[in-house]
Amino acid sequence: MAPARNTMFAKNLTLFRRTKALESQIDDFLNKLSQSALVFRRAVDIYLAEGATAEFEEKLSQVNELESQADKLRRSVETQLYAQTLIPESRGDVLGLIENLDSVLNLCEGGLWAFSIEKPDIPAEFHADYRALTEQVVNTVESLVLASRAFFRNIEAVPDHMHKVMFYEKEADKVSTKLKKAIFATDLPLSHKAHLRNFVEHIDNPADKSEDVADRLAIYTIKRTV
Amino acid sequence: MELAVLFFLTSGLFLGWSLGANDAANVFGTAVGTQMIRFSTAAIICSLFVILGAVISGGGAAHTLGRLGAVNALPGSFMAALSAAVSVYLMTKLGLPVSTTQAIVGGILGWNLFSETRTDITTLTTILSTWIICPILAAVFAIILFKLVDKLLKVTRLHLLRTDAYTRLGLLLAGAFGAYSLGANNIANVMGVFIPSSPFTDFSVAGLFSVSSTQQLFLLGALAIAVGVVTYSKRVMTTVGGRLLPLPPVAAWVVVVAHSLVLFVFASEGLEALLLRAGLPTIPLVPVSSSQAVVGAVIGIGILKSGRTVQWNVLGSIGLGWLATPILAGILCFVGLFFVQNVFNQQVYRPIPYTVSDAVIGHLDRAGVPVAGLREHTNRSYGSAREFATVLDGVSDLTAKGRDRVMIAAEIDEMLVDISRFAELDGTWLTHDQLESAYSLASESYRHRWQLAEALAAASPDWRMLEDNRANKAHNKDLGKKLDSLYRAFRKLR
Repeated sequence: MAPARNTMFAKNLTLFRRTKALESQIDDFLNKLSQSALVFRRAVDIYLAEGATAEFEEKLSQVNELESQADKLRRSVETQLYAQTLIPESRGDVLGLIENLDSVLNLCEGGLWAFSIEKPDIPAEFHADYRALTEQVVNTVESLVLASRAFFRNIEAVPDHMHKVMFYEKEADKVSTKLKKAIFATDLPLSHKAHLRNFVEHIDNPADKSEDVADRLAIYTIKRTV
Repeated sequence: MELAVLFFLTSGLFLGWSLGANDAANVFGTAVGTQMIRFSTAAIICSLFVILGAVISGGGAAHTLGRLGAVNALPGSFMAALSAAVSVYLMTKLGLPVSTTQAIVGGILGWNLFSETRTDITTLTTILSTWIICPILAAVFAIILFKLVDKLLKVTRLHLLRTDAYTRLGLLLAGAFGAYSLGANNIANVMGVFIPSSPFTDFSVAGLFSVSSTQQLFLLGALAIAVGVVTYSKRVMTTVGGRLLPLPPVAAWVVVVAHSLVLFVFASEGLEALLLRAGLPTIPLVPVSSSQAVVGAVIGIGILKSGRTVQWNVLGSIGLGWLATPILAGILCFVGLFFVQNVFNQQVYRPIPYTVSDAVIGHLDRAGVPVAGLREHTNRSYGSAREFATVLDGVSDLTAKGRDRVMIAAEIDEMLVDISRFAELDGTWLTHDQLESAYSLASESYRHRWQLAEALAAASPDWRMLEDNRANKAHNKDLGKKLDSLYRAFRKLR
């Protein structure tokens, strides 16, 4: 009887230890996303000021590294959730959330790669608006990270962050529309205009995706509080 | 043990098996259905704790069931248990929240009717009232628990995964407690009817602890329940667990705990003693329905969470269960007894004769029961409770309570204090004085149980009932059980 109970006790201890490890992996994953957004803003700043310098390339490889770490974490979390049949009720939701967050990160990385490869020629008159757009996009992603953290730790606080995601995304949309109008009002060749428009979209993409994720998160939250 | 005895026990084992197959789902259904706990883990924990609960604290509720009707011949017990088991099976087929409790009560009433034995109305009302109280109490427990847990979760702000891990552990612990309570409360349904005709005798293990014949019966019944859990409950758990209770894990935990608490309070003699000492009203120890406790708890959470109105169709099906199950079991038992008696020539009951002797009149007079109307019926014998009851109907100055006392006093139960039967008594339970005084009555015969009790009381103060008040209730109850064990040992007809 006694040894059986001991192993049961030990099993529970390992269960909690594994749980703790998994919790920190999810936290880590969210950290990577948040860091990528911050590096993304820094990289766009550098590009606008100095072009595709060595410093810009360094930021790009930093985001690359963060992305591949985040991928590893995502796979590990997903495998554990299913292998150990954890949170059977919300498992699918958590899986969906993490994969969508990962694609936000991928969009940040993709945007920077486009800068590095295509090296767009952005006239100085648009720099301020590109910076403003980047600012709103990063704010959107940051708010989404906070909302996601709240989903795991403090479900009641999710709406507090969610409305900010929506707000910043709207702001980003406004700036991008304004910027596109301004670009097409110039006398630049159409090919140049189109190129500039593409980069507005490259920067804006993470915010659009963030909004989609936030919409899903809202449903997951309702599911968990009902 | 004779082969016939074993055969008659099989219906009880069948009832135990179906209880295990069905009610284990109430305890572990959601946990297994939502994949929070593996079935193998659930089955092992459930079996183990059902057995522990049945053997350690199964006695309380069994006592009440025994008072409802003491089925005194094995073939009769067989039929009562069989009719209950068949009713449970049929009602489950119809998809009603069935209860072995209601089935076995119906079976016992069927036997009472067939054997023309007196049904103790007070006990019957107690049992009926607990059936209504049980789901209500479960709902109240669930509401309180849910509010507490909800508050706790908000304050502690646990991580989703941590909540999950704790809930998992909580479900396991609650399941163990639930299985223990289920065993303690419902073993009486499975084996209660066999107690008066138990084929086992008490024995003690190396003088350390003693195992009563009832506990041996309960162990056997609990093993049958465990077999039911292991062999058949998986299906019930995976289908019923998900369908009946689409609850999030934390709410499922609340339901299991509320259900277990209800079963526990209706089974625990320890709790009863505690309440008595604290001067609080006690809860009758009655076997209640595990399924209905679960339904009650779910309704409680439903009321709390959505403020939706009570689902009347669910309540309706409970009400139908209250009514249909005992009636069906009663009819099946009555018809079955007729067959067993007339087709298979088995004695399904030992007739209980009654007589109003001068000794009985004197005993009743001392107890303050008006005896004037009884005198004209003295020194006549009556073959059954019904026959005697018809006679008592003609006695005008008796109250309902007085009537019950006359019935008990006039019942003939021939006993001989036989030295050779002392081996069946539990030497560690009875005090030295109690044993000595019983020895001093060796070779004496008694016609009525109260006569032996009075003789014992005269021989030793240890055998005297104390004044009937709250403080003495536990003592008197214990003494009553000790007297019962003496009656069983010294009874001439067994």
